[in-house]
Amino acid sequence: MYEFDWSSIPGAMPLLLKGMAITLEVTLTAILVGIVWGTLLAVARLSQNRLLAFLAAGYVNLFRAVPLVMVILWFYLIVPQALKAVFGQGIGDIRLTSALVAFALFEAAYYSEIIRAGIQSVPKGQVAAGLALGFTPGQTMRVIVLPQAFRNMIPLLLTQAIILFQDTSLVYVIGLSDFFGTAYKVGDRDGRLVELLLFAGAVYFSICFTVSRVVKHFQARFSQ
Amino acid sequence: MAYNWNWQVFLQPSATGEGTYLSWLLEGLKWTLTLSLSAWIIALAVGSIVGVLRTVPNRILSGLATAYVEVFRNIPLLVQLFIWYFVLPELLPVDMGNAFKQLHPLTQQFFAAVLCLGLFTAARVAEQVRAGIQSLPKGQKNAGLALGFTLAQVYRHVLLPMAYRIIVPPLTSEFLNIFKNSAVATTIGLIELSRQAQQLVDFTAQPYEAFIAVTLLYVAINVTVMFLMRALERRVQVPGFIGGK
Repeated sequence: MYEFDWSSIPGAMPLLLKGMAITLEVTLTAILVGIVWGTLLAVARLSQNRLLAFLAAGYVNLFRAVPLVMVILWFYLIVPQALKAVFGQGIGDIRLTSALVAFALFEAAYYSEIIRAGIQSVPKGQVAAGLALGFTPGQTMRVIVLPQAFRNMIPLLLTQAIILFQDTSLVYVIGLSDFFGTAYKVGDRDGRLVELLLFAGAVYFSICFTVSRVVKHFQARFSQ
Repeated sequence: MAYNWNWQVFLQPSATGEGTYLSWLLEGLKWTLTLSLSAWIIALAVGSIVGVLRTVPNRILSGLATAYVEVFRNIPLLVQLFIWYFVLPELLPVDMGNAFKQLHPLTQQFFAAVLCLGLFTAARVAEQVRAGIQSLPKGQKNAGLALGFTLAQVYRHVLLPMAYRIIVPPLTSEFLNIFKNSAVATTIGLIELSRQAQQLVDFTAQPYEAFIAVTLLYVAINVTVMFLMRALERRVQVPGFIGGK
């Protein structure tokens, strides 16, 4: 039987925490940028302007058709060249920048679908009432529709955030040391891959399970 | 940025001497499709069982099924894949573990990836199956029982035939996901599409052509699957339910 030896984990804690900081940085950036950019995409997709709606739909469908691994690799190809073109040589580690851009733009496509459904769940009478009261269409969207839409969407947005948190582990493909990447490297270094991988799985599980419970609790309270 | 486009790179003989770089792409496509479709069979079978168990009136069985879903949904796919590939062979009895490690590397990679992707997607399929069963009016089950069916017969003849028809649209999106998720197998070295994209970059130094070709192939898979599933959806939709008229 395999004999477990967990002794390399305590010593690796500082490294693992540093990795977790990167995981959280990528996750939070993608959530913030994703929701802002995703809202714009959703509004564009529902707009009367055919061209705008078409472009937004194209963006969302393209990102949703391609595996996240490919998206990460794409941006790892494009971002360094773009940065070089703008800032010249001598940029530091571009892996983190590439990952941040990739996740933000990728998540925006997924968030925009949730937000679009949220906007469509607001009764049409609300828009009509807003316009009748003399609000411009932009004001109606901002002051009347979006606040109600976001209230309905909170559970779905949080669930998507949990999925995103798990997906950030894929930065492994460009060699960025997030939490999982660090765990893998430590395990590989100490010949304790089994323990480190199981530990990483347990950590992800505890975080995601806890957050999903909290979301469920919220959902029950909101729907009352 | 001066970039030399060269689409003819795909027609050049590959570095290994076997076929052209285009044949590398097709090889990748073949593995992506084989992996995804095999995993989908596992996902449907296991997902149906787990989904049904979540709805049965037995605390232990439904508890076990819930635990399955929570575990597989709350651990990243990549971590699961590495656990199947690196950890499982170590934890098996020594003989079995060694036998596994002596298999052809491609067999090992494929086995781990199919198992991982299948059981991961099964948790999602299970949630859809459960939602489908629970969306049926309670009267259906009670009517079945009142007519003298056993619980198993009620599931077999009353609940499942309806539930499966209702959940075709959400299953479509899981089916699309399995093709996209199969790209994760690149991390353990399986030569599926996204692996071939990286290999082409290394061998041809024409990254954009390689990435565009692979991206288009993924889009093509997506469009084909969506088209086929739409046709299926139209055939099986139940009037009065989601997706039905």
